[in-house]
Amino acid sequence: MRDYERYIRYRTFPTPWCPGCGDGIVLKTIAMAFADLKLPPDDIIVVSGIGCSGRMPTFFNTNTLHVTHGRALTFATGIKLARPEKTVVVISGDGDATAIGGNHLIHAARRNIGIKMILINNGIYGMTGGQVSPLTPQKFITETTPYGNIEPKFMASELLIAAKASFVARETVLRMHPLRQVIKKSFEHKGFSVVEVISNCHINLGRRNKLKDPITMTKWIASRSVTQAEYDKLTSEEKAHKYPVGILMEDKERLEYSELYYKHIVPAAKEAAAKQSAEGK
Amino acid sequence: MSKKREVLQGNIIAAKAAVAAGCNFYAGYPITPSSEVAQYMSAELPKLGYDFIQMEDEIASLGACIGASLSGKKALTATSGPGFSLMQEHLGMAVIAEIPVVIINVMRGGPSTGLPTKPAQADMLQARWGTHGDHPIIALYPAFSDEIYSETIRAFNLSEKFWTPVILMMDEVIAKAHEDIEIPDQKEIAVFNGADHPLDEDLNIYDRQIGEIPPRVDFFKGYPIHIDSLEHDRHGWPTTDPALVDKMQTLRMQKIYSRLDEIIKFKEYRMEDAEIMIFSFGVSARAAIAAVDLARQQGIKAGLFQALTIWPFPERELKERFKRIKKVLTVEMNMGQMKLEVERVATDDVNTRALLRANGVPFTPAEVLQSLKEFVK
Repeated sequence: MRDYERYIRYRTFPTPWCPGCGDGIVLKTIAMAFADLKLPPDDIIVVSGIGCSGRMPTFFNTNTLHVTHGRALTFATGIKLARPEKTVVVISGDGDATAIGGNHLIHAARRNIGIKMILINNGIYGMTGGQVSPLTPQKFITETTPYGNIEPKFMASELLIAAKASFVARETVLRMHPLRQVIKKSFEHKGFSVVEVISNCHINLGRRNKLKDPITMTKWIASRSVTQAEYDKLTSEEKAHKYPVGILMEDKERLEYSELYYKHIVPAAKEAAAKQSAEGK
Repeated sequence: MSKKREVLQGNIIAAKAAVAAGCNFYAGYPITPSSEVAQYMSAELPKLGYDFIQMEDEIASLGACIGASLSGKKALTATSGPGFSLMQEHLGMAVIAEIPVVIINVMRGGPSTGLPTKPAQADMLQARWGTHGDHPIIALYPAFSDEIYSETIRAFNLSEKFWTPVILMMDEVIAKAHEDIEIPDQKEIAVFNGADHPLDEDLNIYDRQIGEIPPRVDFFKGYPIHIDSLEHDRHGWPTTDPALVDKMQTLRMQKIYSRLDEIIKFKEYRMEDAEIMIFSFGVSARAAIAAVDLARQQGIKAGLFQALTIWPFPERELKERFKRIKKVLTVEMNMGQMKLEVERVATDDVNTRALLRANGVPFTPAEVLQSLKEFVK
């Protein structure tokens, strides 16, 4: 048994994912990051909402919680505040995180609560059969945009930077080694962290957009990802078809929410209580 | 006696009782007329080293409460109609995954944002059926200050004992009114804490016989477990196997319906020789009590059945009374919700009548009396 396998719950296999899906790579990479950090499985909880990626926690041999669509961050917030010493991971797809869960996403980022989020962005609602998501590229054909998508997409990482997330990184499922390093780094970060993983859904997105097999689609993903330095040199027209990968934001100074709560709010309240009892109230 | 009488608002009485019952986590979203619960908790919980967080909406609030509950906390949230509508999503999650949590719903006029500052009793059926799918639910409804205290404690104890969400219903009148109350000493309060389930590596977290109290465990107890909002097997892992689904549905229903004696609670007033019975609860029961006295002065033998447990409905208890009493008047601040339940359990020889209103104005004793007089004519 390899190191990372103690974090895999083989008894719940097989996974529901299509052959060639990037979700399997993310599953293994997260397990490898757990192993790199030697985290005891019972000190980890992985939470997810609905979607193909929402099924991922079932396959981790850690504490796991599978909840309602878009709400994983809310449950994770309760867990992190209740047990700040635990490693709380949220796995979410693009529809789950930025559409139905968009409000929870920006507020978790704003609070800087120490949740480690893996946002798997395949630009489509895969589990429901291929409907447009807020991260589907414009003009793409989906089951609910049969004449082409007219809505611009969010740039998820940039949205999170604007929402004050203290750690934001973007990687792709093609670059497994950097992905493992960046996930490990995000797990070590104290505040709210997000790793946006660009993944391939050749079945429900690629198939309708001339990217119908995993090789063609991952090559397309590779052609669009550049380093931040390369991205900065592009014209705004070129930027529309590219995205920077790597760590995009890292603020180690900002205090994490539960740390602030227990270091600031609890002592202030206890002082108020002592004062009240001294005054005989 | 060290006890002292205090004058406190209903919302504050509920919040104090929650702390006495062991509540150590609150997540909520401001909404009239329940916000005082959150305000009290934000000041008091951190004094004890406990958690308070104001979330971005009511869906998030109940989500955070469930997450905390699964992490070993006793969690509370409070809201009113529009927020209670949002909470239906996670109410179902707490039901299917069998997670203890207490939700206070201070009722105001609806539908939608309706009458934010006016009382109503119009979420009675929403409390029962608001979340989708078949499910059991426990909902309690106090009417007086001392009952707000005792029923809040009971809500936590039932929730902990039966691993289920419990809804504490209130209305704008009893929640906002300041009334005197004698807060019991902490040592007089019976607090129920669910025992940790001995777990082996097979992780049979939902395995039990029908009617048995669920032995579910929390996270971080030594064995990594899985909790799911999908229908699940004895391990908590998703399943669509019809036989397993049947079993889980039955287990969840029967943990409540096979133990009604531990859940159903009510009060009676002048019922010994009553010939006409009022069925009521919350603020309407207060008018009804006064109306019973007024009716008796005028020779009408009236009595009151005040339900403290709304769901499960006190069906057996009412049927017992219908053997003797053939007239029942339901008094409630809505267009006719619990009267449907009363009519359902009433035998053919029982006359039923209802005094209903949903315009934000509570009934007066005189109005209830008038209705009684018309009924006995």
